[in-house]
Amino acid sequence: MTSKRILSPRDWSSHPRQAHPEYKSTLLRSQRQPLVPLPQSLSELTGPAFGHCGVTGLDADLTRNAIRAGEAIGERIVVAGRLLDESGRAVPNALIEVWQANAAGRYVHSQDQHDAPLDPNFLGAGRALTDSSGRYRFTTIRPGAYPWRNHPNAWRPAHIHFSVFGTAFIQRLVTQMYFPGDPLLALDPIFNATADATARQRLVAAFSTELTEPEWALGFEFDIVLRGPQATPLES
Amino acid sequence: MSSQTPSQTVGPFFSHALTPGATGHAPIAGRQLADERTPGTLIRIEGRVLDGVGHAVTDALVEIWQARHDGAYPDGSDAFRGFGRASTDADGRFWFQTVKPGAPPENGAPHVNAAVFARGMLNHAFTRIYFSDEQEENSRDLVLASVDPVRRKSLVASLRDPAGPPVYDFEICLQGVHETVFFDA
Ligand SMILES: [Fe+2]
Repeated sequence: MTSKRILSPRDWSSHPRQAHPEYKSTLLRSQRQPLVPLPQSLSELTGPAFGHCGVTGLDADLTRNAIRAGEAIGERIVVAGRLLDESGRAVPNALIEVWQANAAGRYVHSQDQHDAPLDPNFLGAGRALTDSSGRYRFTTIRPGAYPWRNHPNAWRPAHIHFSVFGTAFIQRLVTQMYFPGDPLLALDPIFNATADATARQRLVAAFSTELTEPEWALGFEFDIVLRGPQATPLES
Repeated sequence: MSSQTPSQTVGPFFSHALTPGATGHAPIAGRQLADERTPGTLIRIEGRVLDGVGHAVTDALVEIWQARHDGAYPDGSDAFRGFGRASTDADGRFWFQTVKPGAPPENGAPHVNAAVFARGMLNHAFTRIYFSDEQEENSRDLVLASVDPVRRKSLVASLRDPAGPPVYDFEICLQGVHETVFFDA
């Protein structure tokens, strides 16, 4: 067992604290014991490979990957970006999965009780592999905001859920992407669970004219940064 | 240099994407990692996820990553991919069918690595699943040794019936007196 850190630690100034009273569900589900330090061995530094899992280009187009008869309803958008590690290196051939509510703010899920219509031509689930320069690209429908019962008149800002794998199991990241200028961001306990405002901004995509497709879809850029190699202090 | 993207909760509504059954596309991974053709001993790991007052967590996601029967981690070329994913049911239960991992080459006891996600967890939590019938190996494992002896048993799945098929029980307590040991790897 190696005792050296190969990957940098989880950056707890970026990540939310686990117990965040404003987000009610954390009350009984957040850990109270301190995390136990774990040396990084092969168990932590290896991870599943998804290169041969049959991910197709259609999987990344949520406006088309579940159509039955007709088209998905709502505002078409392109969401694209790069998957990087902290050293700025691209993470190629990595699996990114996304899921979201439809344009009306409703999920395809039996427990979603929001009284908003389902779209028979929209599932709200997609996946893609990053290319050799770490790039990914989804076409989807802009999700709607939806109410939740965390506090009176609580609404989640529009968001897309992201699930990301690096090359090591401990690089695993599940996060949410938000849209610029959303007035609900300031009120959202989940978004604001990250105390640091600069870190929070890394969850907000940027509108991009370059990604915007004429006569077709607005573009949003969202880069994702995973834990990278541990910086080695210079010897004096 | 860039800074890490903050984690956010997996939320309650991930199943159509991450663990699809009737609705959704073909899953990328599931509860069944192995079958009779996979080299090694076929086992089942059955568990529950509980919250701070012992209530079932019915919307958790458990992911596992493990070595092959010979202790080597899959590199993507094997039929056995070493990665599994399960959501909990209305009772908070989950299960995996897999092979028992071999001891890692760096020494230490056989174990399965796990990540736990749920609504109300803003960050996922890492733990390990060791096996109760590996007492000899467990007693020499440096990670187990680093854990408070009282809490150590939360990392060991117990063989249900030594005479029956190999089924291991593993409870994940997110909070409370019996809180599972979670790691900062
Ligand atoms: Fe959501």
